[in-house]
Amino acid sequence: MSRPLIKVYVPLDSAARALGADDVADAILREAEARDLSIELIRTGTRGMIWLEPLVEVDRGKGRIAYGPVTPDSVPAIFDGSADPLGPVEAIPFFARQTRLTFARCGVIDPLSLPDYETHGGLIGLRRALTMTPEAMVEEVKTSGLRGRGGAGFPTGIKWDTVRLTEADRKYIVCNADEGDSGTFADRMIMEGDPFCLIEGMIIAGLATGATRGFVYIRSEYPDAIAIMDRAIRIARETGLLGLDILGSGQTFEMEIRIGAGAYVCGEETSLLNSLEGKRGVVRAKPPLPALKGVFGKPTVVNNVISLATVPVIFEKGAAHYADFGLGRSRGTMPIQIAGNVAHGGLFETAFGMPLGDLVNDIGGGTASDRPVKAVQVGGPLGAYFAPHQFDTPFGYEDFDAEGGLIGHAGIVVFDDSADMLSMARFAMEFCAVESCGKCTPCRIGAVRGVETIDRIAAGDRSAPALLTDLCDTMRDGSLCALGGFTPYPVMSALRLFPDDFGLTTEAAE
Amino acid sequence: MRQTEGKPQAEGIHDIIRSLQHLEGPLLPILHAIQTAYDHIPEAALPLIGDALNLTRAEVHGVISFYHDFRTTPAGRHVVRLCRAEACQAVGANGVAASVLGTLGIDWHGTTGDGRITVEPVYCLGLCACGPAAMVNGKVIGRTDAARIGRELEGLT
Repeated sequence: MSRPLIKVYVPLDSAARALGADDVADAILREAEARDLSIELIRTGTRGMIWLEPLVEVDRGKGRIAYGPVTPDSVPAIFDGSADPLGPVEAIPFFARQTRLTFARCGVIDPLSLPDYETHGGLIGLRRALTMTPEAMVEEVKTSGLRGRGGAGFPTGIKWDTVRLTEADRKYIVCNADEGDSGTFADRMIMEGDPFCLIEGMIIAGLATGATRGFVYIRSEYPDAIAIMDRAIRIARETGLLGLDILGSGQTFEMEIRIGAGAYVCGEETSLLNSLEGKRGVVRAKPPLPALKGVFGKPTVVNNVISLATVPVIFEKGAAHYADFGLGRSRGTMPIQIAGNVAHGGLFETAFGMPLGDLVNDIGGGTASDRPVKAVQVGGPLGAYFAPHQFDTPFGYEDFDAEGGLIGHAGIVVFDDSADMLSMARFAMEFCAVESCGKCTPCRIGAVRGVETIDRIAAGDRSAPALLTDLCDTMRDGSLCALGGFTPYPVMSALRLFPDDFGLTTEAAE
Repeated sequence: MRQTEGKPQAEGIHDIIRSLQHLEGPLLPILHAIQTAYDHIPEAALPLIGDALNLTRAEVHGVISFYHDFRTTPAGRHVVRLCRAEACQAVGANGVAASVLGTLGIDWHGTTGDGRITVEPVYCLGLCACGPAAMVNGKVIGRTDAARIGRELEGLT
């Protein structure tokens, strides 16, 4: 007797796996077999609600119903119908309040099923791009207002146009997937959950700029993302999505994955290019811009994963649709990653403009430890700390800049009142010292002296804070890249906002 | 991927170099492949790589020493990577690290005397909403503590 097929969705995302998703998937298969039930188990990306992982969705023919967090022990109750469901994912407030454009498919589809991808809107953007001139494609990206999602926020369309207008026998698209910032995991999530989206974005970038080869430089700390991207590229090649005749258009694009080797600085674009070429990942002086003289000396688009993965939806729905979201010069949506000591950690894609405090307290639910929020660091290890009195700052490039911070790759790390901001400032300097490429003096030497100076402050040296301030000025103004140049953000914001932690009275700090 | 086992080392390294030499910018892929095969990059590999890619031994050394991932001596039989980055610190990673390192009696990058376990720092595994994060022999673990790391290592010789 055949019963309706039950579909069960379990994430294969590494955050879900880190919380036991593989064991849950095994338990589901065992339970189904024991009950003689015919089920289809589908591994997806994550929906992004990490505090509910492993989050299992069951479709008994009437839509997907979510359960979570699921443990192997709680699997039988799901089959019995006695487990408390969370309802449809789309109705969970954390999810319902999002605008999912870039991450629309993530967690929904089997990441390695190209038919699934197409059923959910995949390749519509590429098919449209194939009917357009390169100039019109670049114009579309300019109109969308898309800015570099890696942190610098440079307008993507202008970068593409520079490469398009540069004559060369070969041009490259390089995807920066060296997502090293603590508190960020959007690149990992999309590569594990919707790899074809990134591939489609890179192909469109190639068509628009005349580049025929692409590299995805993925950090070695992301083995799952590497494996999934690798298989997706193979599938894309076999099905004619990549290669000499993209979807029968006669156009060419080929791409491959390169694996980083544990150097944080290789997230800086010129350092990444040196690494791709097989050199030490030291920063290059600019000019020349990579758009004119990039990898192997050829014109190169270097874009972050999220920038490129957002391109397909811009071409699918139109630039105006994308640009309708956001505020000021920050257009579209941003996948904000809420992490650290937070009750509801995960990825929240929303239009620019939501106040920081809403993200931390309302969406994130405050700290996981139930203690008061002391500080949040926005934008990774080079991002400034924010104190609760700044929580009305709207999430946007210019607004954060005005507050002496940056949104970077949009990671928010929450700390409760047990955090010692002097030790966080010291860590920022220590990290810079460990990861400095060594090319410029302010960063290479400054970071080491920074650790020493903070230790002097900790020992009660009253002259040291002024010295630290001066050192930070030198690093900010004199470093070649953002590593040395932005390390002063966390250091100085900690010193400014939390003078008590530095043994200073408020008056003395000012 | 220990396809080189049983072959003399130089021959195995040659095979790896030959299979990857055609790539644009082949050095990092070659170094990764050698390290995967031998758990480290043997000194003997440097002149072989240099010859194949028209680089000096010093240039190859320079690249190896730049990147945290590449080792010139083998690690312990099991590698524990503990995240030290801010998001994990916010949920107690420093305490976990102190406990793990203290129990094993080693410091960062150290290997236990019996060659069993190496502990490496890692700056972010992208598991920032479920920290403290760790990786034991390539397996990711979220919301970890010292006891959990201990259980992962239990029974591993």
